Amino acid sequence: MQNLQPNIPTPATTHGASARAWNWRRTFAPTGNTGDTVFRLALFGAAFFLMLVVLVMIGAMAVNSLPSLRQFGFGFLTSRVWSPISGDFGALPFIYGTIVSSLLALLISVPLSLGIAIFLVEQAPRGVARPVGFLVELLAAIPSVVYGLWGIFVLAPFLREWIEPFLARWFGWLPLFRGNVTGIGLFTGGIILAIMITPIITAVVRDVLAAVPVSQREAALALGATKWETTRVVLNNGAPGIAGAIILGLGRAIGETMAVTMVIGNRAQISASLFEPAYTIASVLANEFTEATGELYLSALIELGLILFLVTFTVNGAARLLVWSVAHRAGGGAVGRA
Amino acid sequence: MTSDSQIKSAANHRRTASSVMTTLTAICAFFAVTILALIIGYIALRGLSAISFQFLTDTPKPVGEGGGIGNAILGSLVLLLLASVIGLPFGIAVGVYLAEFGDGRFASVVRFVTDTLTGVPSIVIGVFVYTIIVLPMRQFSAFAGGIALAIVMIPIVARTTEEMIRLVPTSLREGALALGAPQWKVTTGVVLPAAASGIATGAMLAVARVSGETAPLLFTAFGSRFFNVYLDQPIASLTVQIYNYAISPYDEWHAMAWAATLVLMTLILAINITVRFFTRKKI
Repeated sequence: MQNLQPNIPTPATTHGASARAWNWRRTFAPTGNTGDTVFRLALFGAAFFLMLVVLVMIGAMAVNSLPSLRQFGFGFLTSRVWSPISGDFGALPFIYGTIVSSLLALLISVPLSLGIAIFLVEQAPRGVARPVGFLVELLAAIPSVVYGLWGIFVLAPFLREWIEPFLARWFGWLPLFRGNVTGIGLFTGGIILAIMITPIITAVVRDVLAAVPVSQREAALALGATKWETTRVVLNNGAPGIAGAIILGLGRAIGETMAVTMVIGNRAQISASLFEPAYTIASVLANEFTEATGELYLSALIELGLILFLVTFTVNGAARLLVWSVAHRAGGGAVGRA
Repeated sequence: MTSDSQIKSAANHRRTASSVMTTLTAICAFFAVTILALIIGYIALRGLSAISFQFLTDTPKPVGEGGGIGNAILGSLVLLLLASVIGLPFGIAVGVYLAEFGDGRFASVVRFVTDTLTGVPSIVIGVFVYTIIVLPMRQFSAFAGGIALAIVMIPIVARTTEEMIRLVPTSLREGALALGAPQWKVTTGVVLPAAASGIATGAMLAVARVSGETAPLLFTAFGSRFFNVYLDQPIASLTVQIYNYAISPYDEWHAMAWAATLVLMTLILAINITVRFFTRKKI
């Protein structure tokens, strides 16, 4: 889960202000002042150290996953066997589980989040938008383990009794909805993820929509567009930012650990059915890390951690760039901090 | 949704589509709020029926003998304190750097990496801390858990601090500089106090966020059945305790998981609502 603060305002003038500050600093920066030198070095040191931590993070995980890298090479990514007993480790089942659960989450969460964001920015009166917006943000404040607890004892039984039998009955001709209905599996994992990433996508889309200039809406309305048609103009305007928000949600879904671990069933298999148990990269780390006996087993797990780090770092980086591009184009600085 | 030709032929269709979509967005919002209500409702319902004074002060016991989460509450407080002591000054320093010296290329890289770091799964940070602290020490420890939480905290604190400091008007800095103050005094004596409430808000939210973290603690702080305040020993935490109780096969422990969750959620909601209350004017 991440820290959501779309409610902490940054005025649209931020960039102007920083540009001014820059000129001002250039002109008035004191030179030869010991206090200032120390102060600057200390702050620079903190920032530098943080970058160092990230580099060490990559380095430490890479070094510790060497035994596994040497043993399996690229085959690690394509092997379906995960057997600590025989010492064969392949990541494919986890990669599959991670991708499918995340995509399922996006499939549900994206329309939902877009709907909420549009409601909050375009439709709801202020008196409604504020409290509702706050409540949706609160969803992001709920810890993962709490979602997991709720998922095990409330959501899973509900899906087992109502939703999964319904899907099996009417869509059972699809391999996706065949198999045992247990309430614990890929399907439940995807749904709990969808709930968890909804506030994150909503918050960013909300900022993106708010950054679309009012003149766009006025222009559409002046041409006789209905409320919904106007909203579509706004959506088109914010499209790159919305794409960024979705990718941000994807990154979050890929790395989400506790809640998924608690409801996905934790079985390293690849099955066409969404009702079957599965396993994600994050879940196998949570479950097996403390039990890993032997160097190879541990290094295979650390390699999974490294893969997860690189994937989420890339995904998040791409999302940031997309969201930033919209924020800068619109001249506002209020976007993309979620 | 209506196609273009229909839109042209009948304004009614357009109006209908508009009101249908408007209603749908309202339903989306209603749905999300309902889920929140369901989650909080269940926690209150199941938690309140299992909570007691003894539960809040006792240590965990074998199934059937009761027990409580006293050591987990203490452990969480120790971990949060440790994480805050390390993470808050560090995060604030990075934030001040980004706000006051943040125009260069290096600063852009720092800003980008910091932002991206907030999206890195906390379990990966657990793996990292395991490799650099737990492996060399050959032992799970509260210290490792605190470091892991601090790393989760730093990027959050850094970015909110930067934003809060950027809100401070440049004229304030210019005024102080014009009076002859060196820049470090301007920043620590004028800018930081002006942004203090905002920075405190960000810090509180970061603490709230970290207090719910489980994944980075699983193989750093690990967990413990006893009261512990020694940093070189494994330590219990509310979240790990909730996880262990939740995945156990015993109904009695499930009830305890709900009760412990009620304690955790009370803390987190209290922080979030307080922050909301104090920042209401700005929003």
